[in-house]
Amino acid sequence: MSVTLTVNGRRQTLDVADDTPLLWALRDHLQLTGTKYGCGIAQCGACTVHLNGNPVRSCSLPVSAADGQQVTTIEGAEGPEIRALQEAWHELAVYQCGYCQSGQLMTAANLLANNANPSDADIDQSMSGNICRCATYNRIRDGIKHAAGELSGSAGKADREGAQ
Amino acid sequence: MNRSTGLSRRLFLVRGAQAGAGLTLGLSLPMKILAADGVTGATGKNSDTRLDANAFVAITPDNRVIITIKHLEMGQGTYTGLATIVADEMDAAWEQVEAVSAPADKDKYKNLALGVQITGGSNAIRNSWTQMREAGAAARHMLLAAAAEQWQVPVGELSARSGEVIHAASGRRASYGELGTAAATQSVPDEVALKEPGDFTLIGKQQLPRKDTGKVDGSARFTQDVQWRGMLTAVVAHPPTFGGKVERFDAGEARKMPGVKAVLEIPTGVAVLAETFWQAQKAKNALAVEWDNSAGSGLSSGKLYAEYRELTGKPGLEAQSEGDAEAALAEGDSLEAFYEFPYIAHAAMEPMNCVVKKTDGGVQMWYGCQSQTWDQQAVAEVFGIRPEQVEIQTLYAGGSFGRRATLDGNYAREAAEIAKAYGKAVPIKLVWSREDDMTGGYYRPLYVHRVRATLDDQGGIDAWHQRIAGQSIFRAGPDKVDRTTVEGATGMPYTAANLQVEVHNTQELVTPHFWRSVAHTHTAYVAETFIDELAHKAGRDPVEFRLDLLGDHPRHAGVLKLAADKGGWGKSLPDGHFQGIAVHKSFETYVAELAEIARGEDGKFRVVRVTCAVDCGVAVNPDVIRQQMQGGIGFGLSAALFSEVTIENGRPQQDNFDSFQVLRMRHMPAVDVHIVPSAEAPTGVGEPGTPVVAPAVANALFAATGKRFRRLPFGKEVFSI
Repeated sequence: MSVTLTVNGRRQTLDVADDTPLLWALRDHLQLTGTKYGCGIAQCGACTVHLNGNPVRSCSLPVSAADGQQVTTIEGAEGPEIRALQEAWHELAVYQCGYCQSGQLMTAANLLANNANPSDADIDQSMSGNICRCATYNRIRDGIKHAAGELSGSAGKADREGAQ
Repeated sequence: MNRSTGLSRRLFLVRGAQAGAGLTLGLSLPMKILAADGVTGATGKNSDTRLDANAFVAITPDNRVIITIKHLEMGQGTYTGLATIVADEMDAAWEQVEAVSAPADKDKYKNLALGVQITGGSNAIRNSWTQMREAGAAARHMLLAAAAEQWQVPVGELSARSGEVIHAASGRRASYGELGTAAATQSVPDEVALKEPGDFTLIGKQQLPRKDTGKVDGSARFTQDVQWRGMLTAVVAHPPTFGGKVERFDAGEARKMPGVKAVLEIPTGVAVLAETFWQAQKAKNALAVEWDNSAGSGLSSGKLYAEYRELTGKPGLEAQSEGDAEAALAEGDSLEAFYEFPYIAHAAMEPMNCVVKKTDGGVQMWYGCQSQTWDQQAVAEVFGIRPEQVEIQTLYAGGSFGRRATLDGNYAREAAEIAKAYGKAVPIKLVWSREDDMTGGYYRPLYVHRVRATLDDQGGIDAWHQRIAGQSIFRAGPDKVDRTTVEGATGMPYTAANLQVEVHNTQELVTPHFWRSVAHTHTAYVAETFIDELAHKAGRDPVEFRLDLLGDHPRHAGVLKLAADKGGWGKSLPDGHFQGIAVHKSFETYVAELAEIARGEDGKFRVVRVTCAVDCGVAVNPDVIRQQMQGGIGFGLSAALFSEVTIENGRPQQDNFDSFQVLRMRHMPAVDVHIVPSAEAPTGVGEPGTPVVAPAVANALFAATGKRFRRLPFGKEVFSI
């Protein structure tokens, strides 16, 4: 069947079996390989992408369910949250093998978009669906807080400048 | 310090074929012309030329310093670590340094500690330390010589700093990129001066940006991401039990499915080749395979625990013997305990995979290869070619923890079998599902330990007697001790008047394998929980008791004291908080960890903090060391609390992350890492953080509950999941 979806801002029409998981449509048909296969059963989060702005497990979502929708992958992720997180990931040397990090970043970007100042409990809740076997969890936590700080710092600065 | 390089040949100019590479200086030790397809030498085009050579440094006219890394980057930071050593000795600027993977070439890129090209034993830094320093120092020497010649000044008037040669008297300076071509005509020095540690500019720096890049924007290329024109994806239906074989199969339905190119029987199962992964996977699900599962029908974890426990009642092979432990035990009031450790999978985030292509001259492969030499051997066997005809481009691995370095080639061999059976010269990507990965064996083996000990009347250890039963990773027969079963039990640091360590090697259908820190995963647990038990029996503080028995082991004592001090050992704790501590040396690195656990309102525990002290000699990259301690602790904690593979009737009972529980964000304790300042030669950090955490947490759990936990994992009942 043919499925039309908007991926990273570009309309794409794919000729794929409708039960093909979105993950494999992205990887094998659109060569967007930043999104990873880790478990295939929505347990590890390595395949996390945004569907209409919300994080989904692309390994367990048939591409037909994304027909006509907006999909964002790590390659096309934009906005202050993901940028601040990527900078924090470098600054705090978060990653090790890196295989899970696209999924971690996509989940974290959504967390920050909805919660500008997440607590440890918020981070536990949002991030516990993303497994990292290198156990970079402490630095992911610190990276999220660092990015949140940078974002509120720059937002606060903009507010102050606006008030003058 | 002067070091002889044993080198005297001249460097050659090499024209890089890669766009923009231009003329490059290929520094080799001794001289070797780099691969014709670029400065990286990455495809091993020169593998037919056998020279006792290593090539590690190239400088491009656009001022990049490209360092060839002979070890697999699997997250442990070896691109960063090895590049730091070379760059420091050659006074390169960190910003100009790039790291690339070495091709498969044992003569040039072997692990100097192990004699084959392999990444393992936490020794990337340890085996390469002098080699990388000499490579950097030789490059620096030649750059200085080139500048001296160009400027007609004595080389003694020149200095090098951050990628430039400087003549202070005249104010002249030139970048390494500018000097590279002239440097290439200089003689490789017979002897190079290595820096004094006080002169290091990069080694020991707190946080150098890592050189394995592309990992925050999806651009890093793992095996799973390799895409070639015309490439097919292969998946394999593997037997559901250990020792299982294909009886017969019907591929009629599968062959008719869209995109399917072939269904092939191979030694390890039935392979399906299709244009895409999902097509292959669907066709695999449509296969009707009848399996002969008879070989493994009697295999179960419960039965193995019982058999092994019985074995530990009988004398085994002697691994270490001092005094007469049996006689001493007969006289004293002894403690005895049995310990049980399950099979456990590595569960790296990237399931095993491999890209292979038959070529006219042999085979090309692209994957996160951890033992180029063993895999070349295995693949050569499959095709009946020479190992040198197997070219391997090593890519980043999405974790390994020991899984990817197999004695028999395992998944690389399977990929080769598929390519051979298919017969066409197209690239084939073998992709294992998570289930293939988790149920496929190559586990840390199941072990049982029996340990007995007595104290003397001064409160020291009079006798320690330990027997271990389980599989030898190197498949040692009944009459040979495999150190990968016993190390950590042998070489115990605590003074004991009588010490006996014995082992029974067993044979099972489950493939045994190296798992991050290998024998130490179980020997450290036994040693460090049982020593705790003895301390309590002696009525002593567990830290003081250990320190009294560590007289000859100052580095053990050093990290133990540091962890106790920084973690606040013995301080008053909040209600419901408890401490435990452990210390262990593995792979020449000393680690102590103090674990603090807390009981929650539901009565379940969490590990809230681990304070880690590590002595690994010179700290090449302090932040990489911290990363590896943090990660090693998380990995060890997974195994301590949750992870195991149990086998029933030959069939593994866990096949994915829903049943094989691993540590998640909500379980991760805060981790503080303290590095002991040292001028000793550097040792590894990939594994040594792992084995110490389980006994530290178990000792804290004893402090909390008065119970000893002797079967791992121990967290499912008492810890918050």
